[in-house]
Amino acid sequence: MKYLEEFRDPELAQKLSRKIKEVVGRERMTLMEVCGTHTMSISKSGIKDLLPENLRLISGPGCPVCVTPNAYLDRAISLSRNENVMVTSFGDMLRVPGSTASLEQARAQGAKVGMVYSPRDALALARQNPGLKIVFLAVGFETTSPTVAATILQAEKQGCRNFFILPGHKLIPPAMAALVRDRKLRVNGFICPAHVSAIIGVGPYRFLAREFGIPCVVAGFEPLDVLTSILMLAQMVVSGKPEVKNLYTRVATEAGNRKAQELLAQVFAATDSEWRGLGIIPESGYALRENLQGRDAEKMIPVEVEPTREHRGCKCGEVLQGLIEPPSCALYGKACTPEKPVGPCMVSSEGACAACYKYQGA
Amino acid sequence: MKGRILLGHGDGGALTRRLIEELFVQAFWNPELAPLADAALLKLPRNKIAYTTDSYVVKPIFFPGSDIGRLAVFGTANDLAVMGARPLFMTCGFILEEGLELEMLERVVASMREAAREAGVKLVAGDTKVVERGSADKIFINTSGIGELLGWASLGKPLRPGDQVLVSGHLGDHGVAILGARGELKLSLPVASDCGPVWPLVSALRKAGVAVKWMRDPTRGGAASALNELVDGKKFGITLMENKIPVRPAVDAACEVLGLDPLYLANEGKVIVVVAKGSGDKARSILRRLPMGSSAEIFGTVVAKPAGKVIINTEVGGTRVLGMLAGAPLPRIC
Amino acid sequence: MCLAVPMRVEKIEGSLGTVESEGVKIQADFSLAPEAKIGDYVLIHAGFAIEVLKPRQAEETLNLIRELVREAEAE
Repeated sequence: MKYLEEFRDPELAQKLSRKIKEVVGRERMTLMEVCGTHTMSISKSGIKDLLPENLRLISGPGCPVCVTPNAYLDRAISLSRNENVMVTSFGDMLRVPGSTASLEQARAQGAKVGMVYSPRDALALARQNPGLKIVFLAVGFETTSPTVAATILQAEKQGCRNFFILPGHKLIPPAMAALVRDRKLRVNGFICPAHVSAIIGVGPYRFLAREFGIPCVVAGFEPLDVLTSILMLAQMVVSGKPEVKNLYTRVATEAGNRKAQELLAQVFAATDSEWRGLGIIPESGYALRENLQGRDAEKMIPVEVEPTREHRGCKCGEVLQGLIEPPSCALYGKACTPEKPVGPCMVSSEGACAACYKYQGA
Repeated sequence: MKGRILLGHGDGGALTRRLIEELFVQAFWNPELAPLADAALLKLPRNKIAYTTDSYVVKPIFFPGSDIGRLAVFGTANDLAVMGARPLFMTCGFILEEGLELEMLERVVASMREAAREAGVKLVAGDTKVVERGSADKIFINTSGIGELLGWASLGKPLRPGDQVLVSGHLGDHGVAILGARGELKLSLPVASDCGPVWPLVSALRKAGVAVKWMRDPTRGGAASALNELVDGKKFGITLMENKIPVRPAVDAACEVLGLDPLYLANEGKVIVVVAKGSGDKARSILRRLPMGSSAEIFGTVVAKPAGKVIINTEVGGTRVLGMLAGAPLPRIC
Repeated sequence: MCLAVPMRVEKIEGSLGTVESEGVKIQADFSLAPEAKIGDYVLIHAGFAIEVLKPRQAEETLNLIRELVREAEAE
């Protein structure tokens, strides 16, 4: 069992496609994949070609880089320009344009900016560079925040005093709640994230079926996972029996990863957080606990941050809410392309606009 | 050789002369180079010649399966080969960083001599400059190459729907090998660069009379970029079959871990060939008879629509567009 | 950024270990999946093993998928 090949079987994919068309029939249906990795994997395997025309798949706000507001990025850039600071980050953040610049551009001008694949690498840099303050851009959802929590606890244990984070983690279920409460969006079902669910379990989604009558399926990223979840959602929509089902039992359990949840609780506390496009959502972000405030770069390394500007014409906000598809933004493919992106949805490898451009063409 | 490169090695005086004679001429000796005059005098073939240049700034300079020297020779030789020209002569310019260990330079030069022999080229002229410590990263190399354009029946003829697209072997090896060698990633990768001469592959196709219409070596930007350049603005497109794209399992695994796509990674010993409809099977078996072509595949077709685009038919029966590379996933890979 | 890749556990020493897939080996932190054993497949995300893959459930899911499409044929 390699866990990948089996879930890419072309024959089963075709059969699922036929069954989906049968179940959906003539009904119009809109399903949302919440997670950016699902957006990418759907585009990469060309699944939309296997679905009936009257079934729409839209992307939600599950792209961490995309939902991070300009103000956060502007602060990160200002921090990088401090000569005692080195800013470290996952790759995607480096090219996102803030109000006037990107981290990549700041680096070209001499700022210390490093790309890392893991928060542990940032901690290692802190140990290797005792003269510098290493700031890690803590962006990402519940899949990523436990890795940062674990790293912070390691920093504490090692007595490493020059490792900081700029807190920017966000939580998925509150965002989904905000989406359904906003009456502009009409979604018949959710494909729930795979690895966020591995951490938080399946329970946090049950309110969607119970209170709002919207079916949910937790699904992995392989083509058969996605197609089957679509089939199951379609069946629940048609039968009018909304439930939350777990199709990713090989990884996600009902309760989730207890150890990860423990570490999260030790390090972070939920706080109100601003999401690009969705505004401020209560209890939807993570702040460091009181006793760990000494690691919050925003508090410990004050810098002057330029006034935040949004890019005119940029419709990332609406794309993130699933209200429009990328080609409906006037800038898409013209002023805003992967080479010269205006908004984060075009930069991030998981952004809806990037996925659309890359896999569907301009 | 012991010691290090000094600024004096680049100022044209005695030190320079010694370096040239003891290292470069020793390694590359041939009648055209021997006079060490201001220019090499060459007897050129009657046919048209192909002429190209490239600079090599790869980091690190030694990596699994190859090094900057080998790369500098084959990279340029291959550019000639894919135009249908037999590589003949090369020049080589070195920019060396003050402080570079002579032993390291010796290794690179030895590697280049080997590569030149394999590629069948003579290095006939060169130059050496030295810059202050910190102004270059150990070694930068520029090579230029001259090749003899041989007669081809179909090379350059317009592509038509039904023409077949082949690749000579596994994609992404070089890009992944470089990444592994960088060390920052703490990845252990059992992948070597595919750096090598493609002329034998090209020549075999020509000798067998295969109707080759277009060739490219997919270096920086990978197969995706090479194919996009082919179709951009044209009245035809290309469709690839995902399940026919040859990629080593280790390269696939490394790409999954790093979030990369092998179709955008550099290759330094591969050729993509478009042949006339019906010639695909013959081309494939000819390539497969050679060591560097043992994993050759027919992986695509020229189509009328959609024009100007490269499309992939995915494993599960969907489609996606394979666009031009956006952004730079890997700096200094060649 | 939820991308996580299944890799086989080759070695564990304390909270660090080595995982491998097709010969590609990386170091990973096992603080989030302390129950992982050598030979298990784990999901690797941002340098951490975040969960152990369960082969029985993987089989069950595949069977479920086959069932769902068999109903299609039967109809």
